[in-house]
Amino acid sequence: MTFEQLVFILISAVTLGTGLIVVTYKNLFHAALAMMASFLGVAALYVMLDVGFMAAAQLLVYIGAISILIIFAIMMTRRVMDTQESPFNSQPGLALFTAVISFALIVAVLVQFWPLAVDATRVFGSKPILPASVFQGSIPALGYAFVSAAGYVLPFEIASMLLLAALIGAVAIAWPTSEEEEA
Amino acid sequence: MIPLSWYLIVAAALFCIGLYGVIARRNIVAILMSVELMLNAVNINLIAFWRYRTLIDANAPQSTGLAWAIFVLTVAAAEASVGLALAISIYRRRDTVAAEEISTLRN
Repeated sequence: MTFEQLVFILISAVTLGTGLIVVTYKNLFHAALAMMASFLGVAALYVMLDVGFMAAAQLLVYIGAISILIIFAIMMTRRVMDTQESPFNSQPGLALFTAVISFALIVAVLVQFWPLAVDATRVFGSKPILPASVFQGSIPALGYAFVSAAGYVLPFEIASMLLLAALIGAVAIAWPTSEEEEA
Repeated sequence: MIPLSWYLIVAAALFCIGLYGVIARRNIVAILMSVELMLNAVNINLIAFWRYRTLIDANAPQSTGLAWAIFVLTVAAAEASVGLALAISIYRRRDTVAAEEISTLRN
């Protein structure tokens, strides 16, 4: 077991452990804080994959924006979910069964294709060692790919339209109705 | 040295944790949080495959995997904003955020 593998196992344990807290805790605010920790673990996994750009985007978008949005929503809808009530609906056992079976199936399939041990002779068996210039070059390449006609300019523009629609839609949906304004 | 399958297994575990949350949770906001976990798991997969495939073509870095991950991030942001606006709107009108009490479309 190398140092890198130890670090990976530690990060994964934090990510999955806090993920379990997110789906089981009764107190939603604590669950949201655990979700931020889980996002941080995912960002650390990106760093281990030498993708610092994605780690930074993860920090900004997920921890910086989405988590804060979710915490706002929890605070605005707080008082209805009192602590006496169960955080689960009527079928947590069935849900656990589904999740465990899905996980077992996915793992059973993927170990057929990708080895669990480092095996440089197989495709994807080991992580390719690359010079730093390749990673530095990948970010400008991504930028050019987003705005070039041969790349992703159409999905890029559609994504901007999607964000605009989501922005307007969120305002329109959350806008108080006329009766509520009078009350 | 970490084999690719370790990343895939961690991503699968995170995805199934999120799946459990989506199915079992009562609160709409908690369901949205579980969906975010699932989207994160998908992103780990995309980035891991992108990183490991550069072995095949190391001289020309392709940005396909990164671009996909960024698009997933964008859609996740849009989904979170609209979903939370819906949660707040439902709470205003019906005074609840429990998923099983929002059954207007049932029968």
